[in-house]
Amino acid sequence: MVDTSLELFGCGHRACGGCGPALAARLILKGAGENSIVAASTGCMEVFSTPYPETAWQVPWIHSLFENASAVASGIEASLKRQGRSEHVLCICGDGATFDIGMLCISGAFERGHDITYICYDNEAYMNTGVQRSGATPYDASTTTSPAGKESFGNKRPKKDMPQILVAHGAPYVATASVAYPNDLMQKVERAVNTPGPCYLQIHAPCSTGWGFEGGKTMEIGKLAIQTGLWVNFEMVDGEIAKAKKVVRKPVDEYLMAQKRFRHLFKPARNEEEIAKIQAIADANAAKYGIDIKPKE
Amino acid sequence: MMEIMEGSHAVAEAVKRCRPEVVSAYPITPQTHIVERLAEFVADGEMESDYLTVDSEFSALSACVGASAAGSRVYSSTSSQGLILMAEVCFNASGMRLPIVMSIANRALGAPLSIWNDQQDSIALRDSGWFQLYAEDVQELVDYHFLSFRVAEDHNILLPAFVCFDGFILSHTYEPVDIPDQEEVDAYLPPFNPYQKLDATDPISMGMYATPDYYMEFRYELDRAMERASRAIKDAGQAFGEQFGRSYGSLVEEYRMDDADTALVALGSICGTVKDAVDEMRDAGRKVGLLKLRSFRPFPKEEVAKALDGVSQVAVLEKNISPGSAMKGAVGLEVKDALWKTGIDVYSYVIGLGGRDVRKKDIAAVVDLAERGRGDMFYGLREELI
Amino acid sequence: MALNVGCAARPGRARDNKTGSWRVFRPVLDAEKCKKCGLCLLICPEGCISEDDEYPRVDYEYCKGCGLCAEECPAEAIEMEQEEK
Repeated sequence: MVDTSLELFGCGHRACGGCGPALAARLILKGAGENSIVAASTGCMEVFSTPYPETAWQVPWIHSLFENASAVASGIEASLKRQGRSEHVLCICGDGATFDIGMLCISGAFERGHDITYICYDNEAYMNTGVQRSGATPYDASTTTSPAGKESFGNKRPKKDMPQILVAHGAPYVATASVAYPNDLMQKVERAVNTPGPCYLQIHAPCSTGWGFEGGKTMEIGKLAIQTGLWVNFEMVDGEIAKAKKVVRKPVDEYLMAQKRFRHLFKPARNEEEIAKIQAIADANAAKYGIDIKPKE
Repeated sequence: MMEIMEGSHAVAEAVKRCRPEVVSAYPITPQTHIVERLAEFVADGEMESDYLTVDSEFSALSACVGASAAGSRVYSSTSSQGLILMAEVCFNASGMRLPIVMSIANRALGAPLSIWNDQQDSIALRDSGWFQLYAEDVQELVDYHFLSFRVAEDHNILLPAFVCFDGFILSHTYEPVDIPDQEEVDAYLPPFNPYQKLDATDPISMGMYATPDYYMEFRYELDRAMERASRAIKDAGQAFGEQFGRSYGSLVEEYRMDDADTALVALGSICGTVKDAVDEMRDAGRKVGLLKLRSFRPFPKEEVAKALDGVSQVAVLEKNISPGSAMKGAVGLEVKDALWKTGIDVYSYVIGLGGRDVRKKDIAAVVDLAERGRGDMFYGLREELI
Repeated sequence: MALNVGCAARPGRARDNKTGSWRVFRPVLDAEKCKKCGLCLLICPEGCISEDDEYPRVDYEYCKGCGLCAEECPAEAIEMEQEEK
């Protein structure tokens, strides 16, 4: 059982007000518990939580580089095993560190089968360096390196399907969660750290600064992503879909209109063609994970 | 007990006796025989270690960072491209003050691709904050592993270490070597006692970021640790001599330097050839000697200045190239600095890159060049190709 | 004050950084409306809301005034009020 009163991520960190990743950090540690060691990647969370000597982490925490947290965690796990120690080993890394620059190390760590839980806090771009696109950036999102313009609707590629890549590695537990559903998130962390072998959890962590919305709306945006089918909260156990959060889906417009990064799709008029493509992504997600609740007759 | 053994296998025997809890390495020529032998030891239960078969050198050293931070003695080995791929982690490990020991089978860097020996790889990482020892023969190579773990883990030092040795020339050569017994090694190298570690019962944050208010002081502390390492290596080398009869109480070794007029300076296995060449030149009445550097980082400036006091010229044999540098070689600059204002001429000779053989007559030719005031050049180029 | 070896530190010092100074709007609780459900304690990204006699209490030394608690409160018991500076 998750002890929600456990506070292992302290006040005084330098995240923006309403920060999705900061909330994720708190919830992750509630789920993982104090018998945990965290390996972090370079990124927003690392920077806002650990300017020397002011660490916000009350569990053992290590940051080495941007792209190697999973390899560092491999070494920690191997060391603990030799020492007969029992701490849970977690990686907590951003989407750039996970989807892009850290792929090699992640693939190696999962293939070797280390008993680690890799958690990606996914805010869908390189936020620490000023909102550049990553492999996790959704289709048509405007970022500083995929700006919308006269001949661009923003990011040209759909989000990489990272969970499926880890499923293909044979990970026993792969799940997605959202800061908008804190109890679900904490329970998934608890399940992951207690599942032997390499587990992967990808957490939707809205970024008010990077996505363009008010910090108080972080959970509302997270809920809209789920309600529109653009984010699906699911669990895959031994490669099979075990659970997915069902919704009565809303049109994607509600999610898109609430964020500056998609505002170009509504100016000067609603971009029918592009929004239809995004709706198709949501429809495909819904079909794949079976999330649609049919309205009652 | 003396045995005839391949250099790589001798390294593996030495590493086994250092009892690392975690070994993390990626195969690369000419380092492979070391890691293959270690994997066999683990497979046969002769070594109580976790051997991580990682996806790359980058992950190899990253896993060492994690294991060291978690409180284990760790070991890795690499070469050439592998070391350069690790470069980012090398700087990180020293900044975090993790006492990792890594054997470097020195090999050229591409392009063009070359599997053969020179020292461009480790010399390129001279500023990465690892102390670097260079072995002349397999015996030194074995002994430097015990010494390096002892120095690296000293709480007054806490620096990672490269044990450098020339690829193929030492790694694949059979030489008579004394591998000390486990009990003797245990008496010299105590169990790992981490200065600090990741531990849920006593949490710390490691590898935080430093604002401009702090960063410089961390770099200053790293440099100070490297300065202290000079003394620590000598002390550990002295203690080694007292226990094993082979003393490494100095960061340099002088060979027939008495009354020498021309001194050669070199690192690694080439010193064997140089000693033979010096003997021949001495027999011919020429006043030539060798100053062998055991350590490039920390650079033994005082020992170099003292040993070279009184010579007329110095010829530095460089198995590295710093393109665009006036001296061409990285070691010569440091020797020149050690001899600043003495009036002694110091010349660099880029020699033996990419496995080009260096013979006694080449050493004699370099001495001729130095005595004629010619240097800071490549030696032994094939004129027909350029 | 000597540096810690390897840029390491023990927990606790983040609290030196009083992020409450960032705040423009402050959350104010209406105790009569509050259902003591505890959601605001759970979702505060600062972790600066605690329980006091079962009611939520905001630590204004750290509250950045993001308004997430007010947005999400199911009883609409939290109002954001402009800070007077």
